[in-house]
Order: sequence, then C-alpha cells, then structure tokens
Amino acid sequence: MAEFDNATALVEATTRARLDGYRNMDAYTPIPIHELDEALGLRRTRLPRLVLLGGILGGLGGFSLEYWASTIAYPMNIGGRPLNSWPQFIPVTFETTVLGAALTCFVGMWALNKLPQPYHPVFNVPAFDRASRDRFFLCIEATDPRFDAHSTRAFLEGLHPLGVSDVAP
Amino acid sequence: MAAKEHVPDQEELALLQRTPAVIAPGHTFESVTDSISSIVLTKRTTIGWFFGFALAFAFLMVLNMTIGKLLMEGIGIWGNNVPVGWAFDIINFVWWIGIGHAGTLISAILLLFRQQWRTSINRFAEAMTLFAVACAAMFPLLHTGRPWLAIYWLFPYPNSMGLWPQFRSPLIWDVFAVSTYGTVSALFWFTGLVPDMATLRDRAQSKAARVIFGMLSLGWRGSARHWQRYEMAYLLLAGISTPLVLSVHSVVSFDFAVSVLPGWHATIFPPYFVAGAIYSGFAMVMTLAIPLRKFYGLEDFITMRHIHNMTKVMLATGMIVAYGYANEAFFAWFSANPYEGYMMMNRMTGPYAVFYWSLIAINAVMIQLFWFRSVRDNIPLLFVLSLLVNVGMWLERFIIIVTSLHRDFLPSSWDMYYPTRWDFAMFTGTIGLFFSLFFLFVRFLPAIAIFEMRTIVPEAKVKAHHG
Repeated sequence: MAEFDNATALVEATTRARLDGYRNMDAYTPIPIHELDEALGLRRTRLPRLVLLGGILGGLGGFSLEYWASTIAYPMNIGGRPLNSWPQFIPVTFETTVLGAALTCFVGMWALNKLPQPYHPVFNVPAFDRASRDRFFLCIEATDPRFDAHSTRAFLEGLHPLGVSDVAP
Repeated sequence: MAAKEHVPDQEELALLQRTPAVIAPGHTFESVTDSISSIVLTKRTTIGWFFGFALAFAFLMVLNMTIGKLLMEGIGIWGNNVPVGWAFDIINFVWWIGIGHAGTLISAILLLFRQQWRTSINRFAEAMTLFAVACAAMFPLLHTGRPWLAIYWLFPYPNSMGLWPQFRSPLIWDVFAVSTYGTVSALFWFTGLVPDMATLRDRAQSKAARVIFGMLSLGWRGSARHWQRYEMAYLLLAGISTPLVLSVHSVVSFDFAVSVLPGWHATIFPPYFVAGAIYSGFAMVMTLAIPLRKFYGLEDFITMRHIHNMTKVMLATGMIVAYGYANEAFFAWFSANPYEGYMMMNRMTGPYAVFYWSLIAINAVMIQLFWFRSVRDNIPLLFVLSLLVNVGMWLERFIIIVTSLHRDFLPSSWDMYYPTRWDFAMFTGTIGLFFSLFFLFVRFLPAIAIFEMRTIVPEAKVKAHHG
C-alpha cells in the first residue's frame, strides 16, 4: 500500500498501476474523487435501479393498503360516495413511495458497500488513520494475478509515494 | 478534463471582491479537519456551553412537568374550547415543522443546484430539522390526550377492533408526511455523518471516543468504491428529499385548505405555506448560525457569504409570504362572499387585530430591510431580525388558526380563545427541548460536515494529468 499527499498524485499512480496490468486494487481517500472511478475502472453502481424499484414497491404498497382498508376491510358508505376514492389516496401513496425509495437507498448503499464492517486489514497500517484527514492511499491486493511481494513493492516505490507499507491480513 | 485556467477579467474581479468566499482563504485538508473535529474532541467544555445547556434544560423540565400534568388531568388544562378546538397545538406544530424545512432545503435542494455555500451550514441545519420535527410531532400526539391509545387512529395496523384509519382525511396524510419526513431526514443526516465519524474515530485520543465513533462510523475507510456508491446514494437521497419537503408543508396546509372554513379554504395555501416554512426555517438557521460561528470561532467556515445568502433567501421567500397575505385579502373582497369578507374584516379590526398587524409589520414591511447591504452586513441586527421573523411566523399561524375558528358562519357559536399558562409552558418547553438537543449536538457531533468542507478547499481539485 502506497501513501500519497495529494489527490493528483494518487490518480496518476492509480492510472499507472492500471496500465501496468493491476486490477485488484482500491484507493482510500478523505474526499470523494470522481477521477478515481475511471482510473480504477469502476462500473456504474446499480443503486439507482434498486432505488427506483424500492420507490415503485413503496407506492404500490401504500396505495394497495389504502384501497384494501377503505373498500374491503372497513368500507364506509358516506352519502353513496365511491369507496375507492383514489384522488384522496394520492398524498399517502406519494409519501410511501418516497419512504420506500429512501429506505432502499439507505439500506442498499450500506449493503452494497458491505458496511458495517468493523475490521479491515488496511486499518493495520499505522499511517492509515490519516486516510480520513489529508492522505491518499493506493492499495494493490495480494489477490491480484500480477501481485508479487517484491515487484509490486518496487512498482509502488517507483510512483514516488510518501511511503510504501505492507498490509497485514 | 479542461486544462485551461479561466482568467477573470476586470468586471469579474470587482464582483469577486464584493462577494465574500464560502471558505476563508488559506485553508487546507488538515486545517479544516482539525479545527472542526477539535470542537468535538476537546476535553474542555466551556462555561458558556454549560450555562446555555442549563437554561435549555430547565425549559425541558418545564415541558416534562406540563406533559405530566396533561396526562393526569387531560387537555382541559389548555385554553382550547369549542369553536377553537385547534389552538396552540396546531400553531406550534405548523411553526416547528416549518422551521425544519430550511434544513432539508439546504441539504437537498441546494445540493441539487450545486450551491457550494450550503456545505458549511447543511449539517447543523439538518440537525435543526430533526429536532424541530421532534418538537412538532409532540403537539398533535399530546393533543389526542392519551397518546398511547392514539396509535390506531394514526397508523394502519391490524388492531383488535378491526378499525383502519380514514385515508381520506388530511390529518392522516399529515401523519404519513411527517413520519416519512422525519425518517428520511434522519437517514440523510446519518449518511452524511458517517465519513465524519471515521475522521473523529481516527483523530480521537481517548479510548471511549474511539470506540463510540468507531461504531458510528460503521467501519468507514474511505474506499473509492464506497465513495462512488456513497455519492450516488447522497445524490439520490437529495433528489428524493426535494419533492418530499415540498409535499410535507403542502400536506400540512391541506389540514386547512381541504376544510370549508373561511380563511382556510384557499388554493393559495400550499405554495404560501411552503414559502413561509422556508422563510421561518432560514430565520432559525440564522438564529443558530450567528452564535455558533461567534462562540466556536467558525467565521472562516460560516462566512459573510452564508449570512448574505441566507438573508436573500429570507427576503425572497418572505416576499412570497407577503404576496400570500395580499392574495388572501384580495380574494376575500373579490369572491364577494360575505363570510370570507367578514373573516378578513375580523382579522384586520377584530379582537386579534393587533397580532395581524404585527405579523404584517414583520413579514411584509420589516423584511424590506434585507434589501440593504448595510443591513446584511450588520450581524447583531440580523440576529434580532431573525428572531423577529420567527415571532412573525408564529403570529401568522396564530392568526390563520384562531381568527378563522373563533368566528365562523354562525354568530351564536362565536367565542374568544385565550391560551392558559400550560399552553405557554408546553410551547416554551418544546423550545427548551429543541435547544437542549442542539447544545448536545454541537458538543458531541461535528456541527459542520468535515468531509464536505474538505471538498471545497482548493487542493481537493485533481489537476489535469498526462495519461
């Protein structure tokens, strides 16, 4: 794992590592950096589709609940007005749509990120506590087919980082 | 990526000098992180904090006492009577919910509009939203008298009586709108906090703080993959919250607009309420931001730019509210409906006229001061004006609710409404609750979003690289 002191150096190093054939790697940064998505070759997340689905289910659920409660479970005849008075059901349908979408978004994001995860090997690196402050890290994982303890270290050192450290599992 | 630097011309330079920056110059990742996190991580708690918290806590105890009295004796301790069945409960409910709206506006709508200045005020404005919603929810719940029995009126669940809520009622819409609003605001707020919790975990000296912040950070490690989904989720939540916040106060206004009472049954209500909500909410953000930046030395982060922009938002939304007042008066005359006409005459010249004219003086006349740059630069004056705006918006709800109810169609059912001391105790009690929560928040959580502040310092930009 290599440590850098600015975002530009990290993006450059990541691009170089990718060009060099490394695939199983991750960058750790104190701020979101959009250029990294491209440098790491990340695909677009499927979160938006999940959220759309959550919203649709929430809306359908809300409306069905209202329909069922007002026409089947507890019908009230008030001056012969229709039991399925759907325009009056719209506000609640809207709110449950929003609720479904927001809950899916929240739960989905953490689930896709596999968080909460209290332990992760990168925390073993002493300098890593600055990843949440002002330092930028590039970690090439041992699972990468091109990984070799010596040559990878040499490669990372060739990128002019502040330091290179091994991550204990 | 564009490599060419934009060179500002004379005109732009002059404009830049007139417009203060969103963050004072010279800040770096380290300085931003350290100065915000040190407020939370320091062992020293100032005397001023203890004094303020004690005062707020005393009012919170007043609230507890009032609720105790209320549950023992019933809602007869309040001044509500037969024509004015909704009094302080709904006034305070609408007032608090409205205050909450500015928080969501800042965190969601301004994010979608890419307004950078929202960054340093969004965190505590969102906290303000949550606390305001908590205060608001208390009024309708306690107005039921026996809240533990009220659940089956409010929430659709299979109960032993086989009853279901009346989904055609705006009051049920309100339950759904406010509970959704509270939930989504909490999710949004917590999502924003997680990377900052990680920062605090890594910066904390004491073991206890490391463990607590460590748990709250969910093991956040700033991975690029995580950031990608995180940013998408943040954007989606903002997109979801935007229609939500507009719907919440619209639904609140339906409580009135769907009825047939003169002064309530008006199509102007939803936009007029939403504008009023944002107007009062920004006043509350200002009321909180001015002491916060002063006592914690956050002038570098909450700059004059924020103060100016908030004043301008208050001016714009305040003018919409003033237009709403004009519209109400116009339609009372134009409709040629004797009940509408009497309602307006009663507001302007009846027993509560002094409150009507005070709210006009504040919300329509006083806010014209915000046009002047000298006023926008005068912080003590702005603090006073923002407090007055809160008073003005409270009076607006008082007038809308009490004048329409106390004299309706039949003079034989007219009556006057006078709040009792318990009404005031409950109201000031919720203010105590609000400020107690806010004091705790400022002491134990980062009041400014640290990671978002890092994104606006100059070094956050990735310079064009040659691939």
